Amino acid sequence: MSVDTETRPGRHAAQPPPDGTMMRKAGDWARRGPLLPALIFMIIVTQLPFVVTIVVSFMDWNAYYPDERGFAGVDNFRRVLTDANTRHAIWVTILLTAGVVLISLVLGLLIAMLLDRKFRGRGAVRTMMITPFLVVPVAAALLWKHALYNPTYGLFNGVLKWLFGDNAPQPDWISNQPLWSIIFALVWQWTPFMMLILLAGLQSRPLDVIEAAGIDGANQWEIFRYMTLPHLRQYLELSALLGSIYVVQNFDAVFTITSGGLGTANLPYTIYQTFYTAHDYGRASAAGVIVVIGTILIATFALRSVSTLFREEVGR
Amino acid sequence: MNERSEFISKRRGGGWALSGLAWIVGILFVLPVVWMLLTSFHSEEDAAKNPPDLGAPLTLDGYRSFFDTGPWPSIANSLTASILSTALVILLAFPAAYALSIRPVRKWTDVLFFFLSTKMLPVVAGLLPIYLFAQSVGFLDNIWLLIILYTSMNLPIAVWMLRSFLSEVPVEILEAASVDGANLTRTLRSVVAPVVTPGIASAALICFIFSWNELLFARVLTGTVAQTAPVFLTGFVTSQGLFLAKVCAASIVVSLPVLIAGFAAQDKLVQGLSLGAVK
Repeated sequence: MSVDTETRPGRHAAQPPPDGTMMRKAGDWARRGPLLPALIFMIIVTQLPFVVTIVVSFMDWNAYYPDERGFAGVDNFRRVLTDANTRHAIWVTILLTAGVVLISLVLGLLIAMLLDRKFRGRGAVRTMMITPFLVVPVAAALLWKHALYNPTYGLFNGVLKWLFGDNAPQPDWISNQPLWSIIFALVWQWTPFMMLILLAGLQSRPLDVIEAAGIDGANQWEIFRYMTLPHLRQYLELSALLGSIYVVQNFDAVFTITSGGLGTANLPYTIYQTFYTAHDYGRASAAGVIVVIGTILIATFALRSVSTLFREEVGR
Repeated sequence: MNERSEFISKRRGGGWALSGLAWIVGILFVLPVVWMLLTSFHSEEDAAKNPPDLGAPLTLDGYRSFFDTGPWPSIANSLTASILSTALVILLAFPAAYALSIRPVRKWTDVLFFFLSTKMLPVVAGLLPIYLFAQSVGFLDNIWLLIILYTSMNLPIAVWMLRSFLSEVPVEILEAASVDGANLTRTLRSVVAPVVTPGIASAALICFIFSWNELLFARVLTGTVAQTAPVFLTGFVTSQGLFLAKVCAASIVVSLPVLIAGFAAQDKLVQGLSLGAVK
């Protein structure tokens, strides 16, 4: 990974020109110029709405009762935090994210190691592997819900009938294990993502060093444990971070597979419902603020680890 | 030397078992898509059979009945939103990446991490104000609203990726060329373009895919006029029991642009997914 930060001669932070503050300021603005459109755009489109969300979260505001709009203090937060549904949604979000990211990370690593060898048809296998990631998420969720999980004509129960004849068990997968149904559908989509990044990591290993270790008598496990894994650490962290960012916000799979029913409503789905169906703007905003606070807590850790990892790269 | 080549052959040869296992895993992962493709060409009656009938006659009925539901406007909307937002992203991200790598501003790492941190702000937390704003200015169900939002969604990714590519441009050559104006065009073409073009291509690919796939914004903010293909697909969520072939045909058609783009540019996919960290 070549995300070098800090020092590299010739491209370091703004060098103040020798003559006067005016010149330096002009120079600074010339450097900032190209950055400003993107920065201002991002602040207006992503930060401003969130400020409004914070304001609304302290208000009584339900679109069905427009006359009762007013200041509510911390009422919304109290209602959200004491609400059993929201608490359950927080728990579901954690389970869903951790389940999908961990399982696809482990599977992705194993498959990346399988593909990090020369064999006939390696390109074809790689292409097959990434296909799930290229199916539009809603389409993938529909595929799992209707074509695979469906108890009467889904492929899973069809395979059971093939294997065990007409008396084969025909479970209703989604009703029996709603959360796992969603997790597996998402693991299927996210394993290729993890695999691609980890495979690139494996292929960037310094092979000569590993061969030398092999000659010095290190066995395969020792090479994996003390050389491959430390080298892969940053790739594992990067793919886990990016995977979490996307999976924690997942809406498509929950919406499509269970419509938030059977106890699978995660926070994004719950907030969507509070706002879109119940029109309780104040409460939806309070829940949104709570999600953001939670995300910031996690992201601060994650960003710190990623940013130290990028700084370690200096001088490579 | 003997020992060394033996070690290499052990690593490379690997054994039939592992290669076979890799094939099995690959086939298992692609199987649901193959199944979807096959079912989409079956008649509704055959598609609903249990156990499935693999040898059932193929037909285009599923596709016909899908296209009868009128998906083209939503596909056109998806294309418009994805292509225009991707163009806008590159237009904004390229100068920004320049100001974060070749002639960096002060505290440019902080700016870089600000961009990344916006990706961690859950979409759903900003949804309500955006909805209320769009409602008050009559901007709901307008494709431009989605274009702007998709741009903000993908801009951080593109900035990160392009920055990582631009930081490979040899600055000394660029500076020397900018002193001698005549050389600048040539330098841009021979030194900068080879580094930057693949970066722009991978960024554009990823931005296109993420915009094409997006559901939550599109679902909440569009109606009959500006609805996108994924929103159109959500019409198949319930009670489509007897229309499995149609659902599969719909899923194939909507996924096709992403499948084509992704297969055509597999290497770009890795670069894009890792924000340019892996080249």
